[in-house]
Amino acid sequence: MTDAFIYDAARTPRGKGRADGSLHEVTSLALSARLLNAVKARNNLEGHAVEDVIWGNVTQVKEQGGCLARSAVLASDLDERIPGLSINRFCASGMEAVNLAANQVRGGAGQAYIAGGVEMMGRVAMGSDGAAIAVDPSLAMKSYFVPQGISADIIATEYGFTREEADALALESQRRAARAWEEGRFDRSIVPVLDQNGLTILDRDEYMRPGTTAEDLAKLKPAFKEMGEMMPGFDKVAMLKYPHLTHIDHIHHAGNSSGIVDGAAAVLIGNEEFGRAYGLKPRARIRATAKIGTDPTIMLTGPVPVTEKILREAGMSIGDIDLFEVNEAFASVVLRFMQAFQVDPGKVNVNGGAIALGHPLGATGAIIIGTLLDELERQDKTMGLATLCIASGMGAATIIERV
Amino acid sequence: MTDFTMSRGDDGVAVITWDVPGKSMNVLSMDGAQELNDLIDQALANESVRGIVITSGKKDFAAGMDLKVIAGMKEANGAQGVFDGVMTLHRLLRKIELAGMDSKTKKGGKPVAAALPGTALGIGLELPLATHRIFVADNPKAKIGLPEIMVGIFPGAGGTTRLVRKLGAMVAAPFLLEGKLSEPKKAKAAGLVDEVVEDPLAAAKAWVLEAKEADLVKPWDAKGYKMPGGEPFHPAGFMTFVGASAMVHAKTMGVYPAAKALLSAVYEGAQVPFDQALKIEARWFTNVLMNPSSTAMIRSLFINKGALEKGANRPEAPDQTVRKVGILGAGMMGAGIAYVSAKAGIEVVLIDAAQASADKGKAYSEGLMDKAISRKKATEDQKAELLARITATTDYAALEGCDLIVEAVFEDPSVKAEVTRKAEAVIPADAIFATNTSTLPISDLAKASARPGQFIGIHFFSPVDKMALVEIIKGRETGPVAVAKALDFVRQIRKTPIVVNDARFFYANRCIIPYINEGIRLVAEGVNPTLVENAAKMMGMPLGPLQLVDETSIDLGVKIAKATRAAMGDAYPDGAVDEVLFWMADQGRMGRKAAAGFYAYDEAGKRQGLWEGLDAQFPRADDQPSLEEVQHRLMFAQTLEAVRALEEGVLEDIREGDVGAILGWGYAPWSGGPFGWLDILGAERAVAICDQLAGAHGERFAAPALLREMAAKGDSFYGRFGAGKKAA
Repeated sequence: MTDAFIYDAARTPRGKGRADGSLHEVTSLALSARLLNAVKARNNLEGHAVEDVIWGNVTQVKEQGGCLARSAVLASDLDERIPGLSINRFCASGMEAVNLAANQVRGGAGQAYIAGGVEMMGRVAMGSDGAAIAVDPSLAMKSYFVPQGISADIIATEYGFTREEADALALESQRRAARAWEEGRFDRSIVPVLDQNGLTILDRDEYMRPGTTAEDLAKLKPAFKEMGEMMPGFDKVAMLKYPHLTHIDHIHHAGNSSGIVDGAAAVLIGNEEFGRAYGLKPRARIRATAKIGTDPTIMLTGPVPVTEKILREAGMSIGDIDLFEVNEAFASVVLRFMQAFQVDPGKVNVNGGAIALGHPLGATGAIIIGTLLDELERQDKTMGLATLCIASGMGAATIIERV
Repeated sequence: MTDFTMSRGDDGVAVITWDVPGKSMNVLSMDGAQELNDLIDQALANESVRGIVITSGKKDFAAGMDLKVIAGMKEANGAQGVFDGVMTLHRLLRKIELAGMDSKTKKGGKPVAAALPGTALGIGLELPLATHRIFVADNPKAKIGLPEIMVGIFPGAGGTTRLVRKLGAMVAAPFLLEGKLSEPKKAKAAGLVDEVVEDPLAAAKAWVLEAKEADLVKPWDAKGYKMPGGEPFHPAGFMTFVGASAMVHAKTMGVYPAAKALLSAVYEGAQVPFDQALKIEARWFTNVLMNPSSTAMIRSLFINKGALEKGANRPEAPDQTVRKVGILGAGMMGAGIAYVSAKAGIEVVLIDAAQASADKGKAYSEGLMDKAISRKKATEDQKAELLARITATTDYAALEGCDLIVEAVFEDPSVKAEVTRKAEAVIPADAIFATNTSTLPISDLAKASARPGQFIGIHFFSPVDKMALVEIIKGRETGPVAVAKALDFVRQIRKTPIVVNDARFFYANRCIIPYINEGIRLVAEGVNPTLVENAAKMMGMPLGPLQLVDETSIDLGVKIAKATRAAMGDAYPDGAVDEVLFWMADQGRMGRKAAAGFYAYDEAGKRQGLWEGLDAQFPRADDQPSLEEVQHRLMFAQTLEAVRALEEGVLEDIREGDVGAILGWGYAPWSGGPFGWLDILGAERAVAICDQLAGAHGERFAAPALLREMAAKGDSFYGRFGAGKKAA
């Protein structure tokens, strides 16, 4: 089978996903198109160099609706003959874009792709596209639907993680992210967001709170306690699925859950011939890809079974992996991953994660692949695994190998 | 025989009167619906008719659909039969609602109003909801609402769709999901009806003559209609619907299909035009009707409960209406029995050994009436009348003229024997003597009576004023008049009777004890107590076994265990249970009354979580059973006891077994009762589960011979013993 290589990985800085966030003035279309242009320019590509643009995006309504991928291609410097595909696998959309592109290349369907995604969470509100699983009684009850925050708290309860452990992980995420910026570890990937005049709008992740202390976090109120225990009482639904639980520990809050931000990321994937044609050096091989469905109620445990699956399919063991990126959707997701595989926390999310930096839903999967590759290069390690938990009970993973 | 008649006055108003012959309450049959349809056609076609008023010839409007008719539709032609029948009703009601108007301009229709003299339930409200204006008599005793959910179905003749479109999902929820009933003024405030007036017929006629074309167009038939509170994908509606599924799921524990189907009908219906929504409602209604749970619930909670209350098992005997009842013992039970008797208009003599105790027993009624008055459910006059009927005394001579005695003294055979003799010395020779014992054999107690043929057990459940079931127990020598007396008494106090034969713990307690014991046994085995409690609730039991034993008290459990052990000797099978019970008693954890039991309680006596000390005493086993395994153990423990009661002739009628189980100890109402549940499972599968459980956990789960035989023959309980067919 043909190998699929990563030739470039780029991302915008992440802006706070609120009305006063730096990227709030930028449209999803403009952010997407400018990042596509940056990838084209950084790699001296011709306008027709890629087969397709696969663009992850979760909330596909309003400006993110109507196949944003196609709109972004048309708004960019790429040729109109490049089509554009918007995809949604919730939080793993950006990773799924990369995995799809890689597998197209491996299967011989085109030489190169730009794969990534965007989410302007401050402009297009999460959940504003509706969801049958939340609202259609026939499925909500069959699947024991509870909102994600409750699911994260179920993980904490079921696997025994305390508020203190979750807060410690959040603090470490902040510390590592701050250090990464101080030491310029994101320099290779970051593409500053410029306006139409070339003036800088944002050149640095702005969600981080480097000075956060354990005392600060300890003051925060649990975010999901009320919807769990009071109206409409999701804890009872959770306990119908997990009848051995006496109660749900509501340990998550704004400080140990991922941040709501705006941002985009893109990965340039191609075969060997493509690299030769453009004089590009491959940075890593996409060694394996995997996705899986899991229990939709606890919802966010997917990283464990999908990692088991991808390792099995790649004929590898957990010890073969040098570094991990496990998306910090909620602290308990990462705690559960480390518990299940007994991996050294020093190898997981080395430069912080979505708790400190934010989680632009459609882009994060592509972001963490880029972050993983940058860090493998910095440490001169070989093998990296990135994985995310996914809404409605799914998981996705990618293994990359430096070449 | 006609259910509906029409008359047209000089004013041009056609009055359609619903008056089902030979019934005190109107119920709708399919024939009745056809009559109404024909009359509506005539009135719409008749140019001299200016408008239509639909009313009732009885003091109430209607009690609902004849549920036997619905059951019949299903039997005749399955899902298609139900769907077609329901769609016929939809067409009729839609015809009334559109009243001949042009489908585009919505002009040219005739006004149709409903005039309700009193109670309007189920289709009795769904029909008015299809008219253009609802007038109700100012009658605080009238009940307005859609109680279908209480018998395992939901309003399926447009009531669901119309109420949600009228009020919005959030406001309609208590009426649809809880079957909440309201008196007319409250019904008006809630938006269920339009006007509360002295004379609804006159008001309706006047309105019909004045109504303008715009008054006839329902909001949902008008352009630009928006559902109050928002449809499911409106931002506000979205939150409502997300919450609704969670709340219904949690509240029904996922075991009541009707609530789920109702919510789906609402959700799907809210996204499409009205006529499509009716079709959706019909499909979900059909789906619920085809669910064995709804069949079982209608059968037990409506048809058979009604039959038992009407005396299905009453022996031939002259009227035995109770005029004066003597109650011996003014404790908790005696006081409760005095209250329900006086409330039913029966003269009560309440006797206790000390006057203070007798007075305290009477004060119980006073307290209940005060509470009712504070809730505006009773008046000072009613209280005075009720209390005047109760004579609290120590003097047995006051029992003179009593036609019924209910003995509710301490559970001690010698004490009971003494009061029996003292009472019989005074009461008339033909009076019936009943004992409210819950543990002592009736035939033994009857030995103290000079007239054992007139001696019977009437077993009330606590609290007497709330619990609907009364268990009547025939001793060996109890005669038919005594049974008739007990049944007539229970009918007077508006409770539901079952009649069983005399055996240890009769019927209800005999089944409850193994349920509690199985829960305790699981704890002793190191099974997570939370799983035990949740498993029970997820089968539809109102209380887990550990909560139930806390409520009834650990010391009572200890007492029963000791007595049973003494009676059974070496055959006693519950040693493992006793170890837990006795240990709990040693710790002083006597249950709720001690604010310490299997659960922990706060200082105010409010139940908190399960007591953490259980974990230390009964270390958690490494291998925890599956949810299903725990549920099977808890359910079969009770259910097999019901089968054995039938086999042994303690139960003579499975209808009593099912109704008694639901009303007596809350046995999973969705299943229709233990026999209903076994029929849903099928005897063959039930025996397979018994075999598995018996192999793993002991002979207490061995399939009774009757069940095994039924499995071999492919019989069902209701096929073999249903509708009064006596068990051999």
